[in-house]
Amino acid sequence: MEACQLTVGYRTKKARNSVASNINFALGQGELMAIVGVNGAGKSTLLRTLGKVQPQLSGEVFLNGKNLANYSPMALAAEISVVLTEPIASKNMTVEELVALGRQPYTNWVGTLNDDDKSKIKTAIWMLELEALQHKKCYELSDGQLQRAMIARALAQDTAVILLDEPTTHLDLYHKVQILKVLKSIAHETKKTVVFTSHEIEMAIQICDTMLLLDPTAHTFGPPCKLIEQRAFERLFPADTVSFDAKTGSFKIEK
Amino acid sequence: MGSANTYRLNFILLFVALLLCTGINISLGSVSIPLEETFTSLFGGTLENTSWDYILWNYRIPKAFTAILVGSGLALSGLLMQTLFRNPLAGPFVLGISSGASLGAALLIMGASLFSGLSIFSFVNDVSLAIAASIGSFLVLMAVMVVASRVKDTMTLLIIGLMFGSITAAIVSVLSYFTDAEKLQQYIYWSFGSVGNLSWSQLSLLLGIIFIGTILSLVSAKSLNALLLGENYAQSLGVNLKKSRFYIIIATGILAGGITAFAGPIAFIGLAVPHLTRQIFNTTDHRILLPAVLIYGAILMLLCDTVAQLPGSANVLPINAITSILGAPVVIWLLVRKRKMVF
Repeated sequence: MEACQLTVGYRTKKARNSVASNINFALGQGELMAIVGVNGAGKSTLLRTLGKVQPQLSGEVFLNGKNLANYSPMALAAEISVVLTEPIASKNMTVEELVALGRQPYTNWVGTLNDDDKSKIKTAIWMLELEALQHKKCYELSDGQLQRAMIARALAQDTAVILLDEPTTHLDLYHKVQILKVLKSIAHETKKTVVFTSHEIEMAIQICDTMLLLDPTAHTFGPPCKLIEQRAFERLFPADTVSFDAKTGSFKIEK
Repeated sequence: MGSANTYRLNFILLFVALLLCTGINISLGSVSIPLEETFTSLFGGTLENTSWDYILWNYRIPKAFTAILVGSGLALSGLLMQTLFRNPLAGPFVLGISSGASLGAALLIMGASLFSGLSIFSFVNDVSLAIAASIGSFLVLMAVMVVASRVKDTMTLLIIGLMFGSITAAIVSVLSYFTDAEKLQQYIYWSFGSVGNLSWSQLSLLLGIIFIGTILSLVSAKSLNALLLGENYAQSLGVNLKKSRFYIIIATGILAGGITAFAGPIAFIGLAVPHLTRQIFNTTDHRILLPAVLIYGAILMLLCDTVAQLPGSANVLPINAITSILGAPVVIWLLVRKRKMVF
């Protein structure tokens, strides 16, 4: 997956409201990338644009060397799956039913699941450790469990790219780490490209292959250690409030 | 995903219940006909009592058939709307489709006194009433669809539908105010709802409407399941939003519009049946729910009609009142029991 001179934002009748512009990055198979930045930097907007949930203002996104604009909705559904921040409309379905919906791009017009579909659903449920919960209704789940079920659904969709918008928000430290570790194993074991937005910069530094730092002045993209060398994290927040310690890779509150 | 056997058993039970309700509905009325005689006649036998035969084939059976079609169609349109609008309280009434039909009927019945110069308005019978109501509901449906193509958010669409309903209701009020007592009474009788008085030819037309609505819904079953996640997720699963929304809205429109045209506005079946069906089948899968609401809607409508006939008496209660009296407590019970209405 590749982005060239991408500008994301919102278009109204009168004006183009660009949120982040001139974004460039290139990702290989099996890579885990975090998009980080301050509130309002355009993380979610960028992620939604990459998933074609909303149109870009300018620039291009390429997937397998083919322009994203040239993918039909059906073809795209087999290449990109998404986990968004918006809650699912109906929480009355079971975890298994939810995960099974991920197979929709591959099933026939009535949606009959064949053996291959069933085994992919089973694998997704197993990878996210949802076996004990699979017959529970979504409204019975905790935030962390529901997030895992949503990731399992995306995994069952069996796409080359999985996009996740703030998958660790509202979770405690343990569950944050749990989700991030699952994302890492999905990327490395199933050779899928996993992209997520996050406010957990310190954790992302430890776990990601590459990071994209959205900064109003200049966006930086690369492996976390390289970004540390470039002092990219120091610029992120006002230095008199929060400072970055390059040795430990963590932020400190300035007193 | 419950086991296939549970579903099969549930479907068999529902089907038996449907047959039983049909039998009871046909045998009861101002003249009570024994159940076994009813079934004999239904399955091709001849009855010794020819007046019973006449009552059955010219009055009771068409009425039961209408009740089945009306109940199925309303329940189906209710299910479609609840999923499309992601709102457990959606039903055929909320898009203003039923109000549109009412407006058409009101204009035909009561408009005559306002526009006395127009001769077409003086010709009021069942057929013209059905046509007027259909035109009314389709005009509102068209308006809603034009808005739907511009407004992406379905919650906004739902509110716009409600507003259309208010506007049409207001016009009906103005018409009622200026019309004479006789016309007003005629309109009010229509608004009571009725599953009787339909000829076999009208019934076949209604059957056609239900058939098209059902086919469109079945084609949309997969998209409906994806829409349970929300529109953005559905799109990410490869669903063509514009097309499936179009199919679903058309299906809802012809179902609710056509039925209201023939049987008058009938409340609560569309709202309550999908919820009751989800209770029984305990699934959100539309491949199960679609056929299930069809049968369940028919059963409930037959029961309501049986009650409305006041067995043993010569009086008939308005069907719309019965569905509301039975339907509203059901919705309240669901809300209280489950605390939160899910769909």
